[in-house]
Amino acid sequence: MIKRSHFTSQTLAYLLILPQILVTLTFFYWPAVQGLLQSVMLSDPFGQRSSFVWFYNFINIFTDPLYLKSIGITLGFSLATAVTSITFGLFLASLANRALRGKALIRTMLIWPYAVAPAISGILWLFLLHPSFGVLAFFLKDRLGIDWNPLLSGTDALIMVVMASAWKEVSYNFVFFMAGLQAVPHSLIEAAAMDGAGPFRRFWTITFPLLSPTLFFLMVMNIIYAFFETFGVIHTVTQGGPGGATNTLVYKVYQDGFIGLNLGSSAAQSVVLMILIVTITVLQFRFVERKVHYSL
Amino acid sequence: MMKKLMMLMVLVVLAVFAADQVFAKPIEIHWWHAMRGARGETLKKIVDAFNASQKDYVVVETNKGDYDETVNAGVAAYRAKKQPHILQSFEVGTLTMMLSGAIYPVYKLMADQGYKVDWSGYLQPVLSYYVDDKNNLLSMPFNSSTPVMYYNVDLFKKAGIDMPSKTEPLTWDQLGDITAKLVAAGAKKGMVTTWQSWIQVENYSAIHDLPFASKANGYEGLDCELKINNPQVVNHLTRLKSWMADGRFSYEGQKYQGAQAAFVGGDAAIMMESISGIGNVSKNAQFAWDLAPLPVEASMKNPQNSIIGGASLWVMKGHPKKDYKGVAAFMNFLAQTDMQELWHMETGYLPITIKAYEALKEKGYFKENPYQEVGINQMTRRNPTKNSRGLRLGYFVQIRNIINEEMELIWNGSKTPQQAMDDAVSRSNEKLREFEKTYK
Repeated sequence: MIKRSHFTSQTLAYLLILPQILVTLTFFYWPAVQGLLQSVMLSDPFGQRSSFVWFYNFINIFTDPLYLKSIGITLGFSLATAVTSITFGLFLASLANRALRGKALIRTMLIWPYAVAPAISGILWLFLLHPSFGVLAFFLKDRLGIDWNPLLSGTDALIMVVMASAWKEVSYNFVFFMAGLQAVPHSLIEAAAMDGAGPFRRFWTITFPLLSPTLFFLMVMNIIYAFFETFGVIHTVTQGGPGGATNTLVYKVYQDGFIGLNLGSSAAQSVVLMILIVTITVLQFRFVERKVHYSL
Repeated sequence: MMKKLMMLMVLVVLAVFAADQVFAKPIEIHWWHAMRGARGETLKKIVDAFNASQKDYVVVETNKGDYDETVNAGVAAYRAKKQPHILQSFEVGTLTMMLSGAIYPVYKLMADQGYKVDWSGYLQPVLSYYVDDKNNLLSMPFNSSTPVMYYNVDLFKKAGIDMPSKTEPLTWDQLGDITAKLVAAGAKKGMVTTWQSWIQVENYSAIHDLPFASKANGYEGLDCELKINNPQVVNHLTRLKSWMADGRFSYEGQKYQGAQAAFVGGDAAIMMESISGIGNVSKNAQFAWDLAPLPVEASMKNPQNSIIGGASLWVMKGHPKKDYKGVAAFMNFLAQTDMQELWHMETGYLPITIKAYEALKEKGYFKENPYQEVGINQMTRRNPTKNSRGLRLGYFVQIRNIINEEMELIWNGSKTPQQAMDDAVSRSNEKLREFEKTYK
């Protein structure tokens, strides 16, 4: 028999969830509603005058070639960051999983970078790759003869922010892949080994498919990370430059809203981001539950 | 026992209360600013001096981060009705502050409180940035700087170049020859610039008496448009771009760090940078250096004044009347000669009154530190015209961003200078229309 406990009075139940609901309303719904309202208004920062302008702000941003360019940059940047960090995470996890000695130490060392704040990670990579004082930049320019200049070249700048953003996320992916790898039944791998499958074959036909739910989950998490949490990296490394080459959507919201005090446009951009994140989340739930399932 | 204790406590509380009544607490005046490091320390000295000079008011200074963070904090506080009395705002935020409806204009404050200020005793090119269309001062200039040309004396000597004059500007053609010689003599980079929009476009326009925007640079109406796609500015940028090819000019980023690193590290022989960079350069440069005015075109026989950068102090509305008496007293105190001398000597920012400037001169300060006078001379060499008194644009922060972006597209060869400036103008005009729509 299953034991169930019931609240005798409904009021108590509601009272118990009240704090959580209040927190959610105050810190999530209220600002979201404010953002929605702000996005259809033109108002001055001090709140002295505001006028309702329907979709003026939205029309403005979507007819602005730079906003469209920023969407492209964000997609490219997120994809590059996600793929880089997932590839390295998976690679390191499969190596660490096979380590014979010092497994715990290796794992701990590889998880460390996750504790580094994005802004710090940005500064570290800036020190490595800055054309005037970067050690790695010096190596690239003087030894390999590559014309490396992220202050001028948009591609170089993009590579630099992708590196700084992905580096930190490798650890996160590593942890999940590590857990995923340990959940792969040994019997399957041993059976395949007895059938004569080499390590690569075993990885691609057994481990990798079994990891696909983890992979999909990480893909979504990494894209969300690249979209929203890389602000610190971009702010410290390129400030959106050169020539707007690393101006992602989130950074643009900050620039227009906080620095430029153009609240209407900034709010409209936030609403677009909100819609985007809702879509990604819905897709994730749908997919994770239906498509990506490997049954034994 | 218990009762006695209670009695004692009541008495103590009463005594404290009474003391509070007798010694009326001084009124607190809150000042939010963006000055940190050495500048912040000097600011604190001024505040302490004011607090020690009288008993009725206490100025409480709080650093709120960068310029934009400080303005943001002020905006948020005003909305929550918790605004400070005095808010420091950078020069590009002038129009936003002016139109905010949240400010108490300084000229009015001083008049209301019975101070008869002789505004003509102030440095006009500094004041002119912060006046309204009737020439009334809206905010108190605090830290004002202007760009000048720094040069590496050692590298100049090595290349056999005469030191430039401290008052007569070089021409850009001369600078072209000088940088060529420098590069030929082994300098890695001829010239670099910090804040490219401010120095190479805004100040270039002011010095050559070119309109940056219509409607007298925006002073006479929100319906102004940018004018920087004119042949002179385009020509100037084309020249810089051509100098990039042979190392006479090198781009080091939008802000100041890259260019300063290149200059201080001895790579770049010439740097155009604000006079507020003097502190950093003198601390870090391992070579002899000096200042000269910014170069001008050979065709410009009488170059105009350069314009300022920096920030001013805005008085916020919504405090009790008795507080404003203290605010006015503090503003008056700030403009005192000894305070201005201290501020200038410790930070390198311009003194805002002519009196303070003369006093420094009399003490022989400029004889000892001749480089400190270069910026002041350049600022005051002529009375400001409509094109050189300042810029008054809505969403100026974003417009500067746009100009910076378009300039970068010139440097990396994606656009021709004409194309880039045309695009900068049309993109900025959209922002100006949006601003106009918000404030109409």
